[in-house]
Amino acid sequence: MSGVRVLVGTRKGAFILTSDGRREDWEISGPHFGGWEIYHLTGSPADPSRLYASQSTGWFGQLIQRSDDGGRTWEAVGNRFEYDGVPGTHQWFDGTPHPWEFARVWHLEPSPADPDTVYAGVEDAALFRTKDGGQTWQELPGLRRHRSGPSWQPGAGGMCLHTIIFDPSDARRMFVAISAAGAFRTDDGGETWRPINRGLHTEGIPDPDAEVGHCVHRLAMHPSRPEVLFMQKHWDVMRTDDAGESWHEISEGLPSDFGFPIAVHAHEPDTVYVVPIKSDSEHYPPDGRLRVYRSRTGGGDWEPLTKGLPQHDCYVNVLRDAMAVDSLDSCGVYFGTTGGQVYVSADAGDTWAPIVRDLPAVLSVEVQTLP
Amino acid sequence: MIRVVLPAHLKALAKVQGEVELDVAAPVTPGSVLDALEARYPVLRGTIRDHGTHRRRAFVRYYACERDLSHDPPDMPLPEPVAAGTEPFMIVGAMAGG
Repeated sequence: MSGVRVLVGTRKGAFILTSDGRREDWEISGPHFGGWEIYHLTGSPADPSRLYASQSTGWFGQLIQRSDDGGRTWEAVGNRFEYDGVPGTHQWFDGTPHPWEFARVWHLEPSPADPDTVYAGVEDAALFRTKDGGQTWQELPGLRRHRSGPSWQPGAGGMCLHTIIFDPSDARRMFVAISAAGAFRTDDGGETWRPINRGLHTEGIPDPDAEVGHCVHRLAMHPSRPEVLFMQKHWDVMRTDDAGESWHEISEGLPSDFGFPIAVHAHEPDTVYVVPIKSDSEHYPPDGRLRVYRSRTGGGDWEPLTKGLPQHDCYVNVLRDAMAVDSLDSCGVYFGTTGGQVYVSADAGDTWAPIVRDLPAVLSVEVQTLP
Repeated sequence: MIRVVLPAHLKALAKVQGEVELDVAAPVTPGSVLDALEARYPVLRGTIRDHGTHRRRAFVRYYACERDLSHDPPDMPLPEPVAAGTEPFMIVGAMAGG
């Protein structure tokens, strides 16, 4: 019987949650790398036994861990992330130039075709790639050297490249998102990039047509329709139908359009999930009620999903990399909270149950659908 | 034989228990001890000092003989008891964070 492996990164280690296809009984493994921040833990689509983890602390910096056996054993691989050439400067919070400085890897995106090839989104924002299973990492400097680069500024959480999406219909096209610069697209395999932020409106930017400076929190795509992207921005939930050439808002009907994650159903390209958060200054659900909102129409007509989720006195957040879907026939939806809960819905969001309740604050959730 | 004490996280990473003992040719300095340590345990590269510049990471400290040597030049000889192996060279994670 098929099953799932849920990969959870937390403030104090990694956890691996496994179940059969019913997704009712779970085995919990961990903490792996106890005491370390695991910003992201993910698996290779080309070889599900191959996992990668971004492990870091403020004390001892960045490590990358690799498993070749589905997370039973791990090996530290290369952790040298050096910007290509003289890195130059971006803008600091006060508007002064600030040297590009590597802080950590936020997100790892393995190639769909090759388990040894992985892209890494880092803070300060840049895109790196390994082709040797993580032993060595090279920057794709065309992104950081975009003419707008010196004007990029960090968001409150740091200037991170947090989203990497491949276009399954075009191996040379890729999308990334940076807080707080915006979304970017390459059509030549990462050599050159351009901002794709037309239609985004950000309070505080005087120019309504600003090319960059938008705090994009997350992008999501359904592989069957790669020209359509969904975006959870700092405020506003957005959609593009032309691979980012223009965006329009689809927030209508949400109790708040602030939030972090956004995900698309595995089999229904127009079914989208968000978790509304009260505001940019109050990072918890409105009214203390943890509600996932689902649209079955590609945005708009949002319905609250509450069955099994706490509906009073709940003040957790769900971070941008902490929501995922499996690809079983009845699509499973998963998310983790800053309160240490990981929830699963085995029926596309209709009902929810906690897999675990008391982990450290959850930074990321990924799921592998296993044969 | 030079004795080195690692913080708990780095002991786990290097898969060692207790102190590490290293052969280090004279002059014994923070730089030469770290060179030998990283040669023995490559996984520690980048965790104590920067890969390229060898600058000490901000929240790491070097102690020996009840002195904080963190700000000494990396090529300054360590105290004689460290070079003689009677006192350890301690790599310490600063008290910070939660």
